[in-house]
Amino acid sequence: MDMNVTPHPLLNDPRGRALVAAIQGGLPLIARPYAAVARQIGVSERDVIRMIRELVDQGVIKRLGVVVRHHELGYDANAMVVWDVPDGQVAELGRRLGAFPFVTLCYRRPRRLPQWRYNLFTMIHGRDRGDVQRHIDALVAACGLDQVMHQVLFSTRRFKQRGAHYGIDVSAGPGDADGREA
Amino acid sequence: MGTQAIELSATERRLLDVYQRGLPLDPRPFARVADALGVSEQTVLDGLTRLQQAGVISRVGPVFRPNRVGVSTLAALAVPSERLDEVARTVSGYAEVNHNYEREHDYNLWFVVTARDARGLAQVLASIAAETGLEPLDLPMLEDYFIDLGFELQWT
Repeated sequence: MDMNVTPHPLLNDPRGRALVAAIQGGLPLIARPYAAVARQIGVSERDVIRMIRELVDQGVIKRLGVVVRHHELGYDANAMVVWDVPDGQVAELGRRLGAFPFVTLCYRRPRRLPQWRYNLFTMIHGRDRGDVQRHIDALVAACGLDQVMHQVLFSTRRFKQRGAHYGIDVSAGPGDADGREA
Repeated sequence: MGTQAIELSATERRLLDVYQRGLPLDPRPFARVADALGVSEQTVLDGLTRLQQAGVISRVGPVFRPNRVGVSTLAALAVPSERLDEVARTVSGYAEVNHNYEREHDYNLWFVVTARDARGLAQVLASIAAETGLEPLDLPMLEDYFIDLGFELQWT
């Protein structure tokens, strides 16, 4: 668990939690979505807009907009590429890898020795396997990673994919929508 | 070349290109989007509704930074191939599991567990271990290097 992050204060507030519960599955596609959310949780439209703006400004919400599903857009292949990077270099390399447009996630995670040695995880999407492999080759060349042990874990079946629900128990949001790759 | 299930209109493509972030925080956000794209509010709403129904977009809404609302972890199981379908069904059956993929590796089942707090996560992992007889790798995110601006689509 990342112990360096704590929940945003708004999330300790019942209204804030109700807001998250109401919007985590997506906004209703109607002319005044924030007003609909406001009615659902019993606050004003202006309050909903203000609270969302606060969460965006403070980085709790990374972005607000259309969440695409890669596979349905023809990006049929994805691989999780895991790298065994010296601990002192992982942050710098992580920031470099995370900036490539075809890298869709880039996280440091713990090693679990002896079973698991890899500490940097990148998700790479492409139209097919060849496309993904070319992206990986480009990363290796651009960042000088020939000597860095890595493995490519192509996904072969998707058993389940939906948006994260955080166990925040307020009347359900608008739909149990599918989510993006995590 | 991948397959694309539906033909997208010019407006729908623009919506995907431009509005993966920055949905206006205005009482009429889709009217503001429509103004920017030079179409009607109804065209925007119809386009987004169609994209959502077709599964091209999962939602119009927030992407939360990991571990700021609730907590999550990435877990992996090394499942004997003859048990993979059964174990995958068991894992997918948990409401706390929101992604579950087969991947090519000895650790062949990878899933994300999300819960309200660390104790909730630990309970789910322990329950999966007990139910499957397999010990999950627990790989929580320690640092996020990804600045999510949305996915850059290449129209071909």
